[in-house]
Amino acid sequence: MSDLINLNIGDAALIGVLGYLVVFLGLVLLMIVVFILTRIMIAKSKKAAAAEAPAEAAAEEPAKALPAPGTAGDLKLYDTDPKDAAMIMAIVADSLGKPLNELRFKSIKEVKDK
Amino acid sequence: MDIIGTLQKLALESGFAGFFMAGGWKNLVMILIAFVLLYLGIVKKFEPLLLCGIAFGCLLANLSYFISLGGSNALYHPELWSEFLDASSPYYHSYGHIMQHCGLLDFFYIGVKAGIYPSLIFMGVGAMTDFGPLLSNPKSLLLGAAAQLGVFVAFFGAILLGFTGPQAASIGIIGGADGPTAIYLTTKLAPELLGPIAIAAYSYMALIPLIQPPLMKLCTTKEMREVKMVQTREVSKTEKIIFPIVVATFVILLLPSTAPLIGCLMLGNLFRECGVTDRLSDTAQNALMNIVTIFLATSVGATMVGDTFLQLKTIYIIILGLVAFGISTVGGLFGGVIMYYASGKKINPLIGSAGVSAVPMAARVSQDVGRRYNKSNYLLMHAMGPNVAGVIGSAIAAGFLLSVFG
Repeated sequence: MSDLINLNIGDAALIGVLGYLVVFLGLVLLMIVVFILTRIMIAKSKKAAAAEAPAEAAAEEPAKALPAPGTAGDLKLYDTDPKDAAMIMAIVADSLGKPLNELRFKSIKEVKDK
Repeated sequence: MDIIGTLQKLALESGFAGFFMAGGWKNLVMILIAFVLLYLGIVKKFEPLLLCGIAFGCLLANLSYFISLGGSNALYHPELWSEFLDASSPYYHSYGHIMQHCGLLDFFYIGVKAGIYPSLIFMGVGAMTDFGPLLSNPKSLLLGAAAQLGVFVAFFGAILLGFTGPQAASIGIIGGADGPTAIYLTTKLAPELLGPIAIAAYSYMALIPLIQPPLMKLCTTKEMREVKMVQTREVSKTEKIIFPIVVATFVILLLPSTAPLIGCLMLGNLFRECGVTDRLSDTAQNALMNIVTIFLATSVGATMVGDTFLQLKTIYIIILGLVAFGISTVGGLFGGVIMYYASGKKINPLIGSAGVSAVPMAARVSQDVGRRYNKSNYLLMHAMGPNVAGVIGSAIAAGFLLSVFG
């Protein structure tokens, strides 16, 4: 190879190609490392999720049998979006000046204009 | 009292007298260039955080030429740095000599020369960068590699135009679209070209929204540009913490010359992600970054003195820089097109142009162009993967060139 200060065209082309290959090689190897890392992490999180699932299911059972404190039974919605229902309940509670869990809503029905 | 004589003495001692000295016109031209750069930074908002400092550094260094004629008031001494770089000089690589005779800007420049400021800027960049998009799609590292094409094509072009190997390497790295990397490599390989290379690198980074879209249109079809990419997976906190440690270890072992840049980049990122060093992360991405930017910009600007800047070489560098930027964009887009076909037309090739490492400007351009062709397309997060891969890619390219020519 010629002097690195006064490079000839052939050597310059060689360094250019080699440099591009080194960048590619470096990032391909890094990609493989990252792939391995992510596979390990995904497998670990799946394992953890699988272990948590039965425990969560077991924990949910008693919740179905016994309503949480402050729950005032089921609310029936007729032609009403749950988001709208939540907003209506919040407005009613605010207007009455009472906490929401002390009020009981049996049903909310949209009254359509005739 | 000799009034005429006193006025004559005052006139001769003033900086204005220097305008008429030999070579004074060059510094005058540089002062005008500094005004133009200030205009571009302040009014046109071209990378203002850097360009304002660079322009003012240039102004001060060239004013310094005039005020130093009657005494030792100079803020910057190019002759000191020539001796510092001259292997035959008794002051070769003598920081002691510099410290003894330096002006304020010489003192700032020591941080550039020693490679401290670019590395600290990289720490700030690391603290600001979310590598999540790259982790959720590691294939985007390939686009970061493809977009380094311009670095090596411009290197070759610079050799054809008669530059030396180290100078050509410093010019080529403009194609990496990474200011701190360009400054770092140029300081090590061709410090005499630092001014024009820094100006070219930062100017083209600011001009990315103008340079890239026509090339994106040229290299892709309408069908490709309309591809809507699916949402990538969510990356866990643990992955984000492990990533900088793995990258630093792996890349530094692979290319030891990248250690200062990659080491600081990943340290900054670890501060961001580990969750227990919020104060350090905040300092790295704000206070430290701002302080270093001031020193870096003014001292780089100070290297733009008339004698070294006003040469035909500067014009070549500006042209080669543009070529490097353009070819890097094309390289990234071709990488994107290959991935488009390889993925069964699921990857939008426009994200390839973001492989040049101008973060986040290049990713924003991909997003904007993508939305122009498909209103429901959100490419930003997909483009951030190649974009941050480009930062690592340009550091590897710089590391390679440093190991060959350093």
